[in-house]
Amino acid sequence: MWEYSDKVIDYFLHPRNVGELKDPDGIGEVGSLACGDMLRLTFKLDKNKRISEVAFKTFGCASAIASSSALTELIKGKTIEEAEKITNKDIADYLGGLPDEKMHCSVMGREALEAAIKNYQGEDSAKHELEGKVICKCFGVTDHEIERVAKENKLTTIKEVTDYTKAGGGCELCHDEIQKILDNINSKKHHDTKTEAKESQLTNLQIMHKVEEVIETRIKPALKHDSGGIELIDIDHFQVSLKFKDACATCPNSNVTLQQFIEKELQKEISPSIRVKEVK
Amino acid sequence: MKTIYVDNNATTRVGPEVVNAMLPFFSEMYGNPSSLHTFGGQVAKYIDNAREQVANLVQASRPSEIIFTGCGTESDNTAIRSALAASPEKKHIVTTNVEHPAVLNLCKHLEKTGYEVSYLKVDTKGQIDIEEFKSLIRPDTAVVSVMWANNETGVIFPIEEIAKICAEKEIPFHVDAIQAVGKIDINLSKTPITYLAISGHKIHAPKGIGALYIKRGTKFHPWLISGSHEQGRRAGTHNVASIVGLSKACELAQSDIKKEQIRVAKLRDLLENKILTSIEKTFVNGDQKHRLPNTTNISFEGIEGESILLMLNEFGICASSGSACSSGSLEPSHVLMAMKVPFTRAHGSVRFSLCKDNTEDEIKFIVEKLIEIVKKLRALSPVS
Repeated sequence: MWEYSDKVIDYFLHPRNVGELKDPDGIGEVGSLACGDMLRLTFKLDKNKRISEVAFKTFGCASAIASSSALTELIKGKTIEEAEKITNKDIADYLGGLPDEKMHCSVMGREALEAAIKNYQGEDSAKHELEGKVICKCFGVTDHEIERVAKENKLTTIKEVTDYTKAGGGCELCHDEIQKILDNINSKKHHDTKTEAKESQLTNLQIMHKVEEVIETRIKPALKHDSGGIELIDIDHFQVSLKFKDACATCPNSNVTLQQFIEKELQKEISPSIRVKEVK
Repeated sequence: MKTIYVDNNATTRVGPEVVNAMLPFFSEMYGNPSSLHTFGGQVAKYIDNAREQVANLVQASRPSEIIFTGCGTESDNTAIRSALAASPEKKHIVTTNVEHPAVLNLCKHLEKTGYEVSYLKVDTKGQIDIEEFKSLIRPDTAVVSVMWANNETGVIFPIEEIAKICAEKEIPFHVDAIQAVGKIDINLSKTPITYLAISGHKIHAPKGIGALYIKRGTKFHPWLISGSHEQGRRAGTHNVASIVGLSKACELAQSDIKKEQIRVAKLRDLLENKILTSIEKTFVNGDQKHRLPNTTNISFEGIEGESILLMLNEFGICASSGSACSSGSLEPSHVLMAMKVPFTRAHGSVRFSLCKDNTEDEIKFIVEKLIEIVKKLRALSPVS
């Protein structure tokens, strides 16, 4: 027997907002009969572009029905921008939590909302095509979806990925690939903490030297190629002040060069915390 | 709220007569039947009597062909492992793909240790083909293991025919009869079966007691090793109270079996017919001609099994489902999948398993509530 919260049981036995709206502004459909759960979400906006009406129909277990109903309550009255921010965790939290093995029901809710918003924003089909490569063939889960849910919910094991996305819960042939995705996320995390450690160890003097070096060896030669140039004015910890010269001084796109090239190059080489500004 | 229990293939209520028979062995009769002194030794005759009762229920030729185990799973595991140990040079097993996990998962485990397993397929009614079975047998087949009746659908396999084939080819034949014992006639003196597994809690005895029939003359290899209990075939101090409980349960099952087979089948048919005629898009899973009298497995298309069970639960009705969600796995029952039941039906399957305690009023109440529940869930479903 599952340990469902009282709220899950309440929303299962007395679901709110059941049905299907006629001429909805957005319609989203996720899941399939083969997978054992399926959700169709419809909503309408009022003149202030807020979700005024919302309805769902769900084939699935108690927690799938409760999660769908909770989702409709959560998005009612919200703008699209506000609704977009709702995560599967918000749905589970609203219900007082879900058993681990049932977390995929909350993910299904978030996916249906996403599909309905995409449909509102102009996608023809109610079924939003998931991006990426299908990893779990049994349940049709892509690498993008696994990565996203794993990151959002801080998942570390294959069992957790299965609980949240169903991926890996069938023939189990994709377990190696799921593990690779998890390893990848974790190694990135390691990488992030490494760079953080590296930058916290840099002294002001070291930063100044490095900025000068990158500007002289990489940025100036590149700008010179287009007959442009810069002058380094000041370095205050991670804040770098520059002055455009030659062709760059009169170029209408110099701001793009500053942000997209110079700042990115310095961030890549020294620290993501580097900010660059132009002084005239 | 009154409990209406129609989940007897999962477990059964321990009968009041069974409890009464067991009680002295928790208090004044606490002796160890293996002791030399009278105080302990007097308990041994209750064990002997129990062995006789179990042997009678399955019509074994001798009580000594029965040993007591800790559960049905232990009986299944012991039998298969014993057969393999008896012919270590043979590395092939034949079973079906609808067995209980006590056999199926053991076979999957054995595959990893160098055994080859042939899984006999079932048709859409959950029935096997004898010719196909014959084709799977090889000179290196060490054991054949087939269940007598399926726990999910109640489908009964042609065990007598399989037994005859195995006997001709001198291959040990193990039968998981856990769902069949006490519900249909079993005659081991006429059916050449090598091993047969029995579980107490499916026949109104307590949980934690099982038995294994081992045909006389079988080269037996024990699983648990310790003292010389059960003539060296199953070590461990006897679970006396539970063995006495199993004894009483077997005695009661045997005296009721003829009458109950008919009465329970009538109730089951009433439930099944009422559901099929009053609720649209409902289908029976399994061979209705060869089926346990107490079991029906029904699919409610377009709705999900766990939801049905939890709504039935609100009315005190206990049943089970082959849906993925209800079990914690993500795929529907392996039995229904082997029968190629479509997903839309497999996810919406409910098993009702009756027993001697169920009444006609209960059946009518279940149908009445099911009509409401299915209507409510179908209104919620995006699949019309």
